[in-house]
Amino acid sequence: MENRQRLQKKDGVKVPDPPTPHTKGKPRLLLMGQRRSGKSSISSVVFHKLPPSETLFLESTARIQKDSLNSFMEFQVWDFPGQIDIFDNPNFTFDMDAIFGEIGALIWVIDAQDDYLEAVARLNSTILHLHRSYPHINIEVFIHKVDGLSDDYRLDIQRDITIRIQDELSDQGVENAPVNFHLTSIYNHSIFEAFSKVIQKLIPRLGQLEAMLTNLCRTCRFEKAYLFDVNTKIYIATDSTPEDMASYEICSDYVDVIIDFTEVYGSWPRSQQWRKRLEGEPWSQPLEEQVACEWAESGMVLADARRPIMLREVDRFLALVAIMKEGSYDKMPQINMNVDVVVKGLTEFFEITKPKELAPGAQQGPASPGLVQG
Amino acid sequence: MADFETTMGAPSAGGQVVGDWTGPAAAHAQLKKVKKQKVLLMGKSGSGKSSMRSIIFSNYLARDTRRLGATIDIDLSHVKFLGNLTLNLWDCGGQEAFMENYLSQQRAHVFSNVGVLIYVFDIESRDVERDLATYVNIISALVQYSREAKVFVLIHKMDLVQPMTREDVFDHRAALVRRKTAEAVAIVQKQKPEQPPQASLTTTTTPTPTPVANNDLSPNLQLFATSIWDQSLYKAWASIIHDLVPNLSLIETQLASLGLAIDADEILLFERTSFLVVSRWTSAEGERNPYGDRFERMSNILKSWKHTCSKYTGTPRNAEQFSDFEYKMGATFSMFATKFTTNTYILVCMPPGEARFNSAKLNVAAARSWFKFLDGPVVPAQPAAAAVPGAAAGAGSGLGASQMLAGMPAS
Ligand SMILES: Nc1nc2c(ncn2[C@@H]2O[C@H](COP(=O)(O)OP(=O)(O)O)[C@@H](O)[C@H]2O)c(=O)[nH]1
Ligand SMILES: Nc1nc2c(ncn2[C@@H]2O[C@H](COP(=O)(O)OP(=O)(O)O)[C@@H](O)[C@H]2O)c(=O)[nH]1
Ligand SMILES: [Mg+2]
Ligand SMILES: [Mg+2]
Repeated sequence: MENRQRLQKKDGVKVPDPPTPHTKGKPRLLLMGQRRSGKSSISSVVFHKLPPSETLFLESTARIQKDSLNSFMEFQVWDFPGQIDIFDNPNFTFDMDAIFGEIGALIWVIDAQDDYLEAVARLNSTILHLHRSYPHINIEVFIHKVDGLSDDYRLDIQRDITIRIQDELSDQGVENAPVNFHLTSIYNHSIFEAFSKVIQKLIPRLGQLEAMLTNLCRTCRFEKAYLFDVNTKIYIATDSTPEDMASYEICSDYVDVIIDFTEVYGSWPRSQQWRKRLEGEPWSQPLEEQVACEWAESGMVLADARRPIMLREVDRFLALVAIMKEGSYDKMPQINMNVDVVVKGLTEFFEITKPKELAPGAQQGPASPGLVQG
Repeated sequence: MADFETTMGAPSAGGQVVGDWTGPAAAHAQLKKVKKQKVLLMGKSGSGKSSMRSIIFSNYLARDTRRLGATIDIDLSHVKFLGNLTLNLWDCGGQEAFMENYLSQQRAHVFSNVGVLIYVFDIESRDVERDLATYVNIISALVQYSREAKVFVLIHKMDLVQPMTREDVFDHRAALVRRKTAEAVAIVQKQKPEQPPQASLTTTTTPTPTPVANNDLSPNLQLFATSIWDQSLYKAWASIIHDLVPNLSLIETQLASLGLAIDADEILLFERTSFLVVSRWTSAEGERNPYGDRFERMSNILKSWKHTCSKYTGTPRNAEQFSDFEYKMGATFSMFATKFTTNTYILVCMPPGEARFNSAKLNVAAARSWFKFLDGPVVPAQPAAAAVPGAAAGAGSGLGASQMLAGMPAS
């Protein structure tokens, strides 16, 4: 864990503009691992909001499922059928460049509740292949389904898997392969947090974003601030204070609450009469001018009156969520002004980033790697 | 099972005067006799009775229920619901031996004075025939001793059924239960043909199989598909609780006054521990909301938010978790939720606009005193007739809503 955090920090600083020759399209997340390790569940829960309990009914994946995630950046998510080995397949030759040619991450899912030796062996051979030909691919190992396992047991498994991989790699003369480990489950926040880490490494100029949030925390005396991708609850940046799962969880759940309220009360058109009445006497103003802020904004005071939480929509995809310090709810006017400034900065940041992402030619995907033979 | 003791605004020990009460709504607050009603919670062992009880009333998480031990015999617990409603929740162990016992030696004791029977069927159960046979026996006993009881049948653990087929599976099972209910009633009727036709049972709001005949003993039956893993549980329990809430029509009248006064589109009143919707009011515009399931959905959202807060602050899960919430979605809508009376939270959804919002918050705070009676057997301080919006603004009574709001600076 510590090791992972250290890696994370380092990456956060050095990430600017990965200069790979392969950056011609959207970053790609490749989900691989044994059958029934949980790959489709993960992509359904994170990217399609499937309730975790409903994953019991997922059909097994017969062909590569490609999703794209349209957000502040566009990502592709590819879910692979577990039974095939793309490097050594008797029936079909895969176009490796088509799969690994993009900058991105390979997410290798291991079922921690099952015997994982074969999974680790396959992972090792995959790492060796990639390390040779596609070193720019980050390898992210999700030690998955850790719900139901004790904390000690989780760490034991993580240690065991790490050692098995390191030993094999160094036997093969490979040092410093970019392998990271995450303990995950679809039944809690860990899967979203893990994806956050994975995706942050793929964001150009992440350091700048982090600096903006760190600044905001200092001027407004916030305890912690997150920039969320609202649809997935992945956080794409946070301030420089130490990582803290608890504050991520509460902020992420707050986004959930807002999403639900927005859907129930904000997603259907009001009638003409309604608007007419509200804009007539004594208001005599369009509704747009009766509001203080055109974007969604929200605040919640916890009952112990200590740390209020605030949320501010940045654009269609992003929201800023912060945990404030005790008693700061009274200073909302000043805080709102500071938040306005940062929101403006964030908007500009993504406006600069966007055109680059959408450069001509960037849209067309590489050739399809083809279907898997039944 | 549970006993409901309701004191309907009556002084608990005689002596207090209830005189002041003169408004038109006074009719609703007529002192009803202290009523003692049982609510039986029954169903086979493992069907999920203790789980639901713990989730609704003790703020357990669905996944925590896996750790619940089996209920042996009868598990008694007192649940305070609002100020003047105490549920003596009796969760009956569903092991067969106990079921037998309820039906034989304890028959009169268990089935007399029942207000509500909640019967839980596990949709996963292998032995449907036997489950239904037990149900028939229970219904027979109920009709025999408490013919006016309402029956809520929960077809439970629906999450274990393929999402595609849930509706069919439920419809099928519901039809079966209705038929069996009718059969059970027929048996009792045959046994006691001499019984004079009593005042017929209250008509249901939900579909029941047959129109109520004069001497029909069919209980008032409502069926729900439920799961502890989603909001369906809140829908069922809000219905169960709804008719037991004392002074319901008074609450409804006053919520409507408040809603009109502050120009709201919807107001929901939640019980503070369970977050079940006690009452609600919706404007004509609000009725256009296509989300018919929003009430149980709100319960579910706020309840899970409470869990999040409890985890974060390290306070007990039954403790109060938040006091104030605001959400303004640009020029689309605004809403706030806040601690209301001692036993309730209120959620207000309204049109956008800064001034409108601020004035609504002030008015809701002022309206707390109208709802004091929610917190216990106390008669409201002022008659509802005087519950004119203006009074709540503190700007003197008699002002109409628009006048009062016009007084607020527009942005
Ligand atoms: N306990 C637990 N089960 C999981 C988790 N993720 C997935 N599963 C279950 O694992 C099974 C296989 O999942 P699936 O996504 O089809 O695996 P795939 O073959 O790798 O795509 C399903 O029954 C899921 O419900 C998890 O985090 N915890
Ligand atoms: N899948 C599923 N399991 C449930 C549900 N409700 C309860 N359970 C489980 O069923 C088991 C027995 O529940 P319990 O409440 O003790 O049953 P009781 O004997 O009727 O009180 C527990 O493991 C619960 O977690 C449900 O809606 N869905
Ligand atoms: Mg799959
Ligand atoms: Mg039990």
